[in-house]
Amino acid sequence: MKTILRLTLSIMFTLYLSAAFCQSEMVSIKGGNYIPLYGRDSLQVTISDFKIDVFPVTNQEYLDFVKRHPKWQRSQVKRLFADKNYLVNWVSDTILNDNQSLKAPITNMSWFAANDYCDCQGKRLATVDEWEYVAMADEDIADARTKDSYNEYILGWYEKPKTFNNEIGSTFKNYWNVYDLHGLVWEWTLDFNSVLVSGESRKDVDTDLNLFCGSAAIGATDLMNYAAFMRYAIRGSLKAKYSMKNLGFRCVQDIKEEK
Amino acid sequence: MKQVKLVLGVLLFGMLFFMSCSETDKKEDSSNADIPVSREMMAELTAPPNVPTPVGRRRAKKLIVKMEILEEVGTMTDGTTYNYWTFGGSVPGSFIRTRVGDEVEFTLSNHPDNKLPHNIDLHAVTGPGGGATSSFVAPGHEKTFNFKTLNPGLYVYHCATAPVGMHIANGMYGLILVEPAGGLPVVDKEYYVMQGDFYTKGENGAPGLQAFDMQKAVDEDADYVVFNGSVGALTGDNAITAKVGETVRLYVGNGGPNLVSSFHVIGEIFDKVFVEGGDMINENVQTTLVPAGGAAIVEFRVDVPGTFILVDHSIFRAFNKGALGMLKVEGEDDMKIYSGTMQEGIYLPEGGGIQSMPDEGKDKPKVSTSDKSLAEKMESGKQIYMNTCFACHQAEGQGIPNAFPPLAKSDYLNADVNRAINIVLKGKTGEITVNGEVYNSVMTKQFITSEEIADVMTYIYNSWDNNKTNVTTSRVEQVKSGH
Repeated sequence: MKTILRLTLSIMFTLYLSAAFCQSEMVSIKGGNYIPLYGRDSLQVTISDFKIDVFPVTNQEYLDFVKRHPKWQRSQVKRLFADKNYLVNWVSDTILNDNQSLKAPITNMSWFAANDYCDCQGKRLATVDEWEYVAMADEDIADARTKDSYNEYILGWYEKPKTFNNEIGSTFKNYWNVYDLHGLVWEWTLDFNSVLVSGESRKDVDTDLNLFCGSAAIGATDLMNYAAFMRYAIRGSLKAKYSMKNLGFRCVQDIKEEK
Repeated sequence: MKQVKLVLGVLLFGMLFFMSCSETDKKEDSSNADIPVSREMMAELTAPPNVPTPVGRRRAKKLIVKMEILEEVGTMTDGTTYNYWTFGGSVPGSFIRTRVGDEVEFTLSNHPDNKLPHNIDLHAVTGPGGGATSSFVAPGHEKTFNFKTLNPGLYVYHCATAPVGMHIANGMYGLILVEPAGGLPVVDKEYYVMQGDFYTKGENGAPGLQAFDMQKAVDEDADYVVFNGSVGALTGDNAITAKVGETVRLYVGNGGPNLVSSFHVIGEIFDKVFVEGGDMINENVQTTLVPAGGAAIVEFRVDVPGTFILVDHSIFRAFNKGALGMLKVEGEDDMKIYSGTMQEGIYLPEGGGIQSMPDEGKDKPKVSTSDKSLAEKMESGKQIYMNTCFACHQAEGQGIPNAFPPLAKSDYLNADVNRAINIVLKGKTGEITVNGEVYNSVMTKQFITSEEIADVMTYIYNSWDNNKTNVTTSRVEQVKSGH
């Protein structure tokens, strides 16, 4: 009897370990072409196949990360790489606050930290184009951007306060089997600041930039552009050292070409 | 000759004087940028309907303004809430009061709990984007920029982050006042009133937390048009107040995003309006137009007590969408200015048609010649009855107990045909007894022709067990001329 109990316990422990320390679950995304928000002149973007985390990185996962990499602990981090909001709600370097769920997405961390986290796992952050490509799916189809229900869901989330402490997986599973792209937190992207949005969004109309989000939003009357534009606006307001309560991340991985 | 020289000299001197005058005027205008500042001062910020202390005679200063952006749920109307985006926790945002020449150090903080980046465009700022370019700030961060107030006036500020319309529609606007040197004239009461339109998923009055509706906003189909951010923000216990004899100054803004306000105070005339918040003063104004993204200062002395209603005189907005506020004035009545109700009575226009009286027997004398058959009269009479009499006397002539007497089997009706005709012609008020019941009600004069009266009376007398009198047009004419 005792041996069985011991066996069960050890199995459970192994499972627990694998859940905690194994690399987080990923799914494959089949590449393709699409026109992003700013692609007015039929500026198609080509996405290669890649793998993406099913969930955003959690508090638990990030906690393990900083334990293994003390340079990313709150008291150790270089100000250049993370501002004063970095993990600001944690009790200490390695202890979360009582009201922070281990299964909630990690937030209040900078782009540098997110980038390094993914790098340490042999992954990277998604580009804006990749992220948007996966995120334009709803439960049923790969490109749901013209569906009212899809857009209403996103706009609805923008108005819901304090969703950052909800657990991962609490929103819908999309066409690619990826969770929480909308409805939980914003997410860092590799080239978040490559889309040039000046602070004065109305000015962007008459600049000669290829990426002119302001004009996209001003010219837009459909809900789709408004929802997406707000994502571009938040990215435009960021700097790489910023840490925000509503901003988390997930990683992606290139699929190595097999010969 | 000497005299000519003298005249020329005077003229020349006068011209010089005149020119130098206009030159100094110009200098004063352009030199607002050169007004020196002394000392630092924290700006007092107030939530509506209050305004900060007037600048009075103070010198231009370095004015520190710290404004926080909060996204938070508030009450739109009883039972309905809305996720407002605010400058300083109120809609409209905190009132900023400066004087010309102030150097404002403006810090915009975006609360960490907020989801979106924001910025601020102050119409009082001379510079790109009115500050928007320099103040675009992510949640959990703050930005500081400086500007000098060059032009006195009342200005709107608002968020200009895309989608701009959505940020404004959620309540991100307010007023900044730039007083001239020496301040605006002192008044007894000052208040801050700002109109805005809101677009919700549910219709006006739908309960619960209502989400913003982009499509309605694009269509400019507002569910709520309100003063100070919510229905009832300026009514009942929240009404603004004054005492008889005081001068009230309202700083009126309009955040929009879409609708233009026809601002009016019921029962008052604006003694002064600073048109569009600028230097031009108009006097004795009933309703002033406040454009979206614009403002006006209105002043009036309150002479009599009572409740004065602030409205957008696009009047359905006031009574159906919430654009209604109250100014309660206490004090002594002044019967000379306004007496209140002196007398009550019932109004029955006599002879009503000054138009109809002189025509008689002249313009349409031949109406009665075409005497119809009884059946024809019954048919036409029934139609007239259903249009004119039915509402009170009911379909079967049964009337309504205690209110309108019956026509069916009516002793009063059958006793005197001419009296009945006369009642239709002239109306009737006062007590009558019909079939044993006492009625005390009002029937107004009916504006129908003699032929129509003849037809409808014939219909009534030949229905519901009445005495089957056939009323002719000539009889109606006789009754008409006989009285």
